[in-house]
Amino acid sequence: MTDREFTPDNRSTEVGPPLWLLAELTYRCPLQCPYCSNPLDFANSQKELSTEQWTSVLRQGREMGAAQLGFSGGEPLVRQDLAELIGEARHLGYYSNLITSGIGLTQAKVKTFLEAGLDHIQVSFQASDSELNNALAGSRKAFEQKLAMARAVKEAGYPMVLNFVIHRHNIHQMNDIIDLCTRLDADYVELATCQYYGWAFRNREGLMPSKAQLVTAEATVKSYRERLAASGSRMKLIFVTPDYYEERPKACMNGWGSLFLTVAPDGTALPCHSARMLPIDFPNVCETDLRTIWYDSPGFNHYRGDSWMPEPCRSCDEKDKDFGGCRCQAYLLTGNADNADPVCSKSPHHDRVLAARRAADHATAGLEDLTYRNTENSRLFFRS
Amino acid sequence: MDDMIKPHLVPRFRVGFRFQWEPAQNAYVLLYPEGMVRLNGSAGAILSEVDGERSVAEMVQRLEERYPDAGPLSDDVMGFLGEARENGWIDLI
Repeated sequence: MTDREFTPDNRSTEVGPPLWLLAELTYRCPLQCPYCSNPLDFANSQKELSTEQWTSVLRQGREMGAAQLGFSGGEPLVRQDLAELIGEARHLGYYSNLITSGIGLTQAKVKTFLEAGLDHIQVSFQASDSELNNALAGSRKAFEQKLAMARAVKEAGYPMVLNFVIHRHNIHQMNDIIDLCTRLDADYVELATCQYYGWAFRNREGLMPSKAQLVTAEATVKSYRERLAASGSRMKLIFVTPDYYEERPKACMNGWGSLFLTVAPDGTALPCHSARMLPIDFPNVCETDLRTIWYDSPGFNHYRGDSWMPEPCRSCDEKDKDFGGCRCQAYLLTGNADNADPVCSKSPHHDRVLAARRAADHATAGLEDLTYRNTENSRLFFRS
Repeated sequence: MDDMIKPHLVPRFRVGFRFQWEPAQNAYVLLYPEGMVRLNGSAGAILSEVDGERSVAEMVQRLEERYPDAGPLSDDVMGFLGEARENGWIDLI
């Protein structure tokens, strides 16, 4: 998820409303991408909110001020009530975004969703050619289907946003990827370098690009941007670089419990789609109303403000800028979510990020060495 | 891209952009795929006159009627619409 232009000035000591609601409708998905951000043990959580429960969540979120709504998953298209939820979202005044693999989409559904009031469909691709795309997705027909649906989305009059998750196995395709997007007449192209959470963290060594690969890719994107501007094209290239190659952490989610509210398939409310793995009790919309969850729950207040910060964040003059980085990354890399995000060069654990960079220079893992995101593999994590 | 905003042109929001009032933010916002811009008072007032039918000149006239104390607004409106086009929010036809 990208927070492209959220105005940062509404962050203050006062807790503002959640402006962005992410509805993870389901963990079910026909694809098996090895960088999926869903929890490793998603198979342990098969319960899903009913249509009525989702409708209530949408209504409560909108009343609190949420304006952007993402329908995500898993693959949200597997929910039979998606058109109904879209209609409800439009009725409430949300700007609704469908984040989909395109698998299960049809021209008829593209049209039905438009009529129901859907504002935008983002189709994700795994690569610029069918062989690599389908190998990564774990599906033989995925690529052709995605192309067909990308065209259908454009024809129906939606803005076209194509998303490519970038990693060491497709980063060399940057030229081909951008050319493909140009041919499809995309309005926005998200070249989102893998972020290492969920399945992507499990597969980090097999996914993380080397510095050299990254430098080449950045140069390619830069030269395309210049060419696109010169040709009068309005296609926007959004290149999300991996924070493992930064010296300062990202201002993750614009701060914990600041703008973003995620509701997982079973109703667990989270400050981001990764936070479920943290050793924190998060409330559930089945038991607590959304307003109490957002403003009063211990889970959402856990990392608000800066009184929780240990050193080096506590005395750092940049703490208001990056909020100490990402809690999930601190947890994954140091075992304690309170710590400074190890991406920061001031972190005493920064060596772990440096080690990951060195490993990326020498990685040899192939596609067959990755752990693919499917129920069978998820059950293994659940048991262990 | 950098040609002048002409008074007879008609601005309209680009596909995927929605302009609306948000009580929780006490502001007009512009919503687009996975993004939102909160507009300041004058930007909100100008864009509230964009309906896909009014020309720039008509918008200026209406705004001057709405804000009689503000003086001539033509330069401000055209300047802002130029930025809005640059940002990819609107087209002028």
